[in-house]
Amino acid sequence: MTIEKKPIIFLLLATATILVGTVVTMVLPFRWINDPKLAIASVKPYTPLQLEGRDIYIREGCNNCHTQTVRPLLSDTERYGEYSKSGEFAYDQPFLWGSRRNGPDVARIGGKYPDAWHVKHMKDPRSMVPRSNMPAYKFLEQPLDTSLTERKMKALNFPYTQAQIAELSGKTELDAMVAYLQKLGNDIPWRKTGKAEVLGELKNPFQDNAAVLPEGKKLYLEHCAQCHGKDLEGEVGPSLKDLDKPDAVVFGIVYSGIPAGSMPAFGDSLGKERTWKVVTFLKSEHRR
Amino acid sequence: MNQQEGYADDIVKGFIIWSMVWGLVAVLVGVLISFQIAFPQLNLPPYLTYGRLRPIHTNAGIFGWGIGSFMAFFIYITQRLTRTPLWSPGLARVQLWLFNVVIALAAVTLALGMNRSKEYAELEWPVAILVVVLWVIFSVNIVMTIVKRREEQMYISLWYILATLVGVAVLYLVNNAAIPVSLTKSYSAYAGANDANVQWWYGHNAVAMVLTTPPLAIFYYFLPKTTGVPIYSHRMGVIAFWSLIFMYLWTGAHHLLWAPVPDWVQTLAMGFSVMLIAPSWAAVFNGYFSMNGQWHQMRDNYLVKFLIFGITFYGMQTLQGPSQAVRTFSAFIHFTDWVPGHVHMGTLGWVSLVLFAAIYYTVPKVYQTEIYSIPLANLHFWLALTGQLIFSISMWIAGVQQAAMLNATNPDGSLHYSFMETLIELYPYWHMRAAGGLIYLAGLAFFLYNIFKTITGGKARAAAQRA
Repeated sequence: MTIEKKPIIFLLLATATILVGTVVTMVLPFRWINDPKLAIASVKPYTPLQLEGRDIYIREGCNNCHTQTVRPLLSDTERYGEYSKSGEFAYDQPFLWGSRRNGPDVARIGGKYPDAWHVKHMKDPRSMVPRSNMPAYKFLEQPLDTSLTERKMKALNFPYTQAQIAELSGKTELDAMVAYLQKLGNDIPWRKTGKAEVLGELKNPFQDNAAVLPEGKKLYLEHCAQCHGKDLEGEVGPSLKDLDKPDAVVFGIVYSGIPAGSMPAFGDSLGKERTWKVVTFLKSEHRR
Repeated sequence: MNQQEGYADDIVKGFIIWSMVWGLVAVLVGVLISFQIAFPQLNLPPYLTYGRLRPIHTNAGIFGWGIGSFMAFFIYITQRLTRTPLWSPGLARVQLWLFNVVIALAAVTLALGMNRSKEYAELEWPVAILVVVLWVIFSVNIVMTIVKRREEQMYISLWYILATLVGVAVLYLVNNAAIPVSLTKSYSAYAGANDANVQWWYGHNAVAMVLTTPPLAIFYYFLPKTTGVPIYSHRMGVIAFWSLIFMYLWTGAHHLLWAPVPDWVQTLAMGFSVMLIAPSWAAVFNGYFSMNGQWHQMRDNYLVKFLIFGITFYGMQTLQGPSQAVRTFSAFIHFTDWVPGHVHMGTLGWVSLVLFAAIYYTVPKVYQTEIYSIPLANLHFWLALTGQLIFSISMWIAGVQQAAMLNATNPDGSLHYSFMETLIELYPYWHMRAAGGLIYLAGLAFFLYNIFKTITGGKARAAAQRA
């Protein structure tokens, strides 16, 4: 084995050995991943405000706990939505897919909650999600530093207007963060509508069943009170004190949400039975 | 005796001491963030939040403790295996200074939020350039020492050292390519799925070239040194070396299974990950068979205990890793606490146990003294082992439990649990992990005390001899 006596030749051979797998699995894929057939026309670059929000997301290391890839697996798609396509990330430098979910995936968080929900949640996560272990980001209410914004947009070749830059004055870091979160995952049309319809005839199995009211109230306080108030008085969302709608309609709203009105869908997290318990509680409050 | 040979052992001392300092920082920050996960009120924004501290933990561990001690032992080992003094001690002194400047800068800039988000490549571009300068200085010194060597045959450890030098250089340069916006802000040169594929080619081969080949170089040198018998098979070492550095580079995409990168890249990564069991276990068997007739040393020689447990954890790590790289199992445990459990068996078990042994062996040699206390070293061993096992086992159970809950469905096909319902079940495991971390930290404290007393004892003895 003479090679063990010739360090420079050894070094060159080791380099060549390392480069084989490197070329095949790292260099060559550039061809496939950049295939124009995978490009998605509706995917748009970030606006100045969204890009600043994304940079704050990077600065705070949000990617250490939140992923941004929905895998084509039932447990992912039912929980977070349509699985991720490579074309959706064409403008992501760097990518932010993450490696650990200490919190939920946020690839499709955009449009799931209203802006006001995000503001309250970022400032005090546990006020919106009891027992969450997310740090509080109240300090993001500081003014947004826009001194580099134009250079950033130019570095990434993103289109922008002076009006968009001018709009940044007076914005806080939190505004930028919320703008970024609301963009996430919305570049492709994927939201399911009317999920409740596929469940068949909507009849409340707990109608007038007072036994489920305590659990219904508990579920309401956990999932709904953050936006609709402890006493249904309304805050981020409307008051529910006078909910004069049929059970089936209320069920449909809670289960499938109102995308246009920023009401999130709770079907995935509550399931059918517990959604009916919330409905029963809401209707009992109305009848009182 | 070492001084007579003209070996640059003062530099070795410097790197050992500073790597221990950064190792302590890594474990302290690790314990803090393990508490932050369980008790979110312990996040103190803006500088001391989990999101900013976790990169400090990983960078201090991998670059401060890992690379720092590898620099110490590469210099120590290379001089002895070549029977040649270090090519340039002056350059090595510059390297020690630069190393500490870089790690300190890394900690400060990361706390300030100057962070490029790519795991183990977070440092902003000016700091990253300093890392490159540091690595070039180091590599030139080691390669020149080997070129000018007096011992013709290069022992296995030197192969792993050479592979590390070139491997880290290639990986670091490619993955850190960036578009600077200012001194403190830059964007990755690659976008989206491309960026992900480049990052995990880097990320997984950082495991190869930082957390595998250097500890193997150290293991192959110090096991025969401590047992007094040669390594079992040179030929097995040859085969394992070339197949290991060939196969590792294909496996990065096993971090991206089910993600939107081409399926064939994922499949190759999966196949090569499973094949990697062979060269990994060749090293494990080489270690075990070297113990033939020497197993009594597990009882008599505390250094052997560290080394053999270290290589055993390497063996378990290289069975668990490939199993996680299989699509079906990855679908289940990826993104859960299983993975931190796996990683810490490698870092706290394999890499650190081998480094502890190397430090216990080397410090008395370079300070010309005896180890201060073997019972304390044994206590350190058991605390490190217990702490690490509590950490890893609780995280494996947590990962499997969360995965099972996330996959549970109702008869109508809907999901049974919300994400939050799975998360709140993890708190008890997070408390366990924090406790495991505290035990490991206690062991580390005994280790540092023991080494400190050994060094001061050595200095006192040297002073007495001069008098």
